[in-house]
Amino acid sequence: MSNPQQLRYSKEHEWLSAAEDGVSTIGITEFAANALGDVVYAQLPEVGDSVTAGETCGELESTKSVSDLYSPVTGEVTEINEDVVNDPGLVNTQPFEGGWLFKVRVGEEPGDLLSAEEYAAFSGSSDN
Amino acid sequence: MSTTIRRTALDAVHRALGATMTDFAGWDMPLRYASEREEHQAVRTRAGLFDLSHMGEITVTGPQAVELLDFALVGNISSVGAGRARYTMICREDGGILDDLIVYRLDSGEGPREYMVVANASNAQTVLDALTERAAGFDAEVRDDREAYALLAVQGPESPGILASLTDADLDGLKYYAGLPGTVAGVPALIARTGYTGEDGFELFTEPQHAEKLWQALTEAGADKGLVPCGLSCRDTLRLEAGMPLYGHELSTALTPFDAGLGRVVKFEKKSGEVPFVGRESLLAAAGRAEQDPPRRLVGLIAEGRRVPRAGYPVVADGKVIGEVTSGAPSPTLGKPIAMAYVDAAHAEPGTPGVGVDIRGSHEPYEVVALPFYKRQK
Repeated sequence: MSNPQQLRYSKEHEWLSAAEDGVSTIGITEFAANALGDVVYAQLPEVGDSVTAGETCGELESTKSVSDLYSPVTGEVTEINEDVVNDPGLVNTQPFEGGWLFKVRVGEEPGDLLSAEEYAAFSGSSDN
Repeated sequence: MSTTIRRTALDAVHRALGATMTDFAGWDMPLRYASEREEHQAVRTRAGLFDLSHMGEITVTGPQAVELLDFALVGNISSVGAGRARYTMICREDGGILDDLIVYRLDSGEGPREYMVVANASNAQTVLDALTERAAGFDAEVRDDREAYALLAVQGPESPGILASLTDADLDGLKYYAGLPGTVAGVPALIARTGYTGEDGFELFTEPQHAEKLWQALTEAGADKGLVPCGLSCRDTLRLEAGMPLYGHELSTALTPFDAGLGRVVKFEKKSGEVPFVGRESLLAAAGRAEQDPPRRLVGLIAEGRRVPRAGYPVVADGKVIGEVTSGAPSPTLGKPIAMAYVDAAHAEPGTPGVGVDIRGSHEPYEVVALPFYKRQK
């Protein structure tokens, strides 16, 4: 699997896009989606919610388990992906694209976000 | 007990298919190949192919084989005809369930009796030890045949057609819970019409050396019928929809078959009359208790919302805990989360209002229903 170069990654397996007008898009990685299996329910934060880097802001239910969703940055939620709410399987089929989860007006970024290469090494998901 | 992970004869096949593997009772087994929900739907509507080689086969032979099984198990094994199979259980002296089993009668009715007891992977050693111990004084042999068999299952409405294209065996004459020795794709196999999915289907016991050939032949024969390889994840949701218990979830040593709503598997009258069997006295008491004052009953729960109940979550009513979820998953067929749970008898009737599941602190409403959630149209 391939982690897009232009994204940055958290150790909780979220990805973060480069900010546009101060807003970044957040999702979970393909590695995380594969580990979860078919996602059947996404409980996302609400627009206007404050999220804090490294803290839970929702959950993803799959057939076998439930996983907390962490925000990789601190800020305010500006948009959630209604398509994923209606069709949570997008998280599995398009984790880096149509399966994005929410957007945040970034207030503060932690210093320990990973590059694509660093995340690949961390997750053992190097291109293969 | 060995801590080495065990691999089935089909391990290389699973890896070549890109399966996500999981540790199940010490075995490295396919959890899913791609989407577990698509695998589930394939079995409901077409066909699925499973590797179940982790199941534990124990052969019982000898002049007193049937007497031993009537003594060691709760079922009336002497009533099982040649070529038939029976769902049964093995209990402790206190009535607690050691395992649920399928017993296949392998002999043709002429010559010596031969039975194959199939135990859950997690309990196979326990069952082997118990049968061996209980065999004392019987002229019967208990043999560990776990290494002698690979087990493949082809399940789903297309499975009879797929299998028929690979064997001359009389599948039309093979009833549910029956088995016959035959040849499939040129490979000797015991063909059994059993399964754990709620669909029509077959389980094929063969020598491990033939497993790969059989798997490939079934894959090719099923290709134009929509057969897909299936992992343990969809096997769990299939059996849950079908209301079938899983040891370690609905069944345990803390429960008797009567507590689990499966008292029908206990036969106090066996062929030779009221023979003693292990657990009999405790089970008589448990039967009376279940009838007059059941502690808890196994029910189905269907979510009104979308959050999924998991094993161990409390079942609640009026802010009080009235039971516990034993298995839960999003049901692909119903499109809603479902669960099996033990609940107080007062809340066990279908439609009981005000029942919920405590999902990580929030009480989500659930409907109490009778099991199973899904029954195939015959």
